[in-house]
Amino acid sequence: MVDDVFDEVGLKVENLHASYGAVEVLRGLDFEVASKGVSVILGANGAGKTTTLRAICNMCSTSGSVVLGEEDISRAGTADIVRKGVAHVPQGRGTFPELSVLDNLMIGAYTRKDKEVKDDVDRWFEIFPRLSERSDQLAGSLSGGEQQMLAVARALMCRPRLLLLDEPSLGLAPLIIEDLFERFTTLNKETGLTMLVVEQNANLALDMADYGYVIESGEITLHGSADKLKNDPAVQEAYLGA
Amino acid sequence: MNWNFDVLPDFIFNGLSLGAIYGTVALALVLIFKATTLINFATGELAMLGAFLVYVLHMEQGIWLWLSMLLAMLLSAGLGVLIERSLTRPFDPEDHLPVVLITLGLFLIINAVAGDIWNYQVRILSNPFGKFPDWVPSVGGDRFVEVLGSRLKYQSIGIWVTLALALFILGLILNKTKAGLAFRAVSSNVESARLVGVHTGRTLGFGWAIASAFGTLGAVLVAPQLGGVNPNMMATILIYALAGAALGGLDSLGGAVLGGILVGLIQAVLVTWGGVVVFGQLYMSILQLAAAFLIILIVLLFRPAGLFGTRRVERV
Repeated sequence: MVDDVFDEVGLKVENLHASYGAVEVLRGLDFEVASKGVSVILGANGAGKTTTLRAICNMCSTSGSVVLGEEDISRAGTADIVRKGVAHVPQGRGTFPELSVLDNLMIGAYTRKDKEVKDDVDRWFEIFPRLSERSDQLAGSLSGGEQQMLAVARALMCRPRLLLLDEPSLGLAPLIIEDLFERFTTLNKETGLTMLVVEQNANLALDMADYGYVIESGEITLHGSADKLKNDPAVQEAYLGA
Repeated sequence: MNWNFDVLPDFIFNGLSLGAIYGTVALALVLIFKATTLINFATGELAMLGAFLVYVLHMEQGIWLWLSMLLAMLLSAGLGVLIERSLTRPFDPEDHLPVVLITLGLFLIINAVAGDIWNYQVRILSNPFGKFPDWVPSVGGDRFVEVLGSRLKYQSIGIWVTLALALFILGLILNKTKAGLAFRAVSSNVESARLVGVHTGRTLGFGWAIASAFGTLGAVLVAPQLGGVNPNMMATILIYALAGAALGGLDSLGGAVLGGILVGLIQAVLVTWGGVVVFGQLYMSILQLAAAFLIILIVLLFRPAGLFGTRRVERV
């Protein structure tokens, strides 16, 4: 479909600490996302999953190193990290409720200066026809599933090298979740877009991912290939409901 | 009671033109409120400073009035950017108190500095809409046309046309430019705006710039009604503009303009004309100010979001 759109690049995180005020949430994480790969971070509520993604984008106070491809981005500001190719779909979608669907996509391309923005809008409208039908509606009036599609499409409008997804399944009906994850898989397979997903729905996430990390109280306690984690008794008990 | 309907159109025209000015200043308030959810109490004094810039450029330096207005609006916009960058950006945007205190401080400082430079006497500033230009065919007098047996002043028409034009340009900037899209995005969701690569500080500076330019426009338009410019000229106007913004909805640009116009109408028709009907004489300024506070109070009590403001309702 669109092989040349996304540059593949890996992510390497070392000794990542993050805190909100005096509360330290991440206590020295080390992990990697392979170029063109999909990695997933599993963990219970409050383990630090969302904070991990926020720390990568420097949205909280952090220390440690975050290397995108060859470049250390740990000191850059959030807006500049986005300019370097990291797209982040935050928890709760983070769409612009008072802007139309089309404007949400257009602002997604804010960092771009090329002439193909309109083509990309058409592409995502083709992939998500529901959004196309609602092009002029305010994003705040969309259903949860449509908002999640919009959030993803908006993130991809900046032609990222790395896509961060924070609990994309949250609050969505099972059928919609399945459809959404199929789209993520297709996106990764067809474009080689590198992805890091935080997810409570471990089954779905491990099906899509090729590598996984388990995080507990701000530390990584287990990691391995997705297959290995699926068969790990501790993971099965804690996250797969086996 | 003396229902003097003959003069009612006069009061309506007057209310509509004062209201348009309140709407212009209310717009300056709302532009900053939308993006930051804080009230810039220095709006009026910045506008007054802009009017004095016009005074200096036009009355003292002899530059063409309209060019002076344009230059003053640009200079005000630059000052707005400077204030945003140096005085508000260092503070945590989630913490409103320091920035609100800073705008209050700016209010006092600008007023004092202007008073020191120009003292507190009223100085005459040319009226951009004093007389109909020569190319307009004679329509009654050189300052008004007769409508419904009342005098519709050229000044009122000029204010309406200017505001309509300014609103049209603002609409173009906000809806057709990338900077405008970024401004709307920051107003809607600051964190997500950062996540699409918008530098939110610069975008807020852009908002301050437009707001300051609009404030200056409002001050220049209101000056002839006050007899000229003086450092205290905007104090009550700011309160009427606040009432208008609260009435229309602090986060609605269109609401701000309509709210300002409504406040002008309420003042002129209900308070002034009604005052004459009930009491048989004018109780202008005191009642008008009281009415503005009453409007703010009633709106906050019964409809905190204002007539056109949004209570954030979203589907999840």
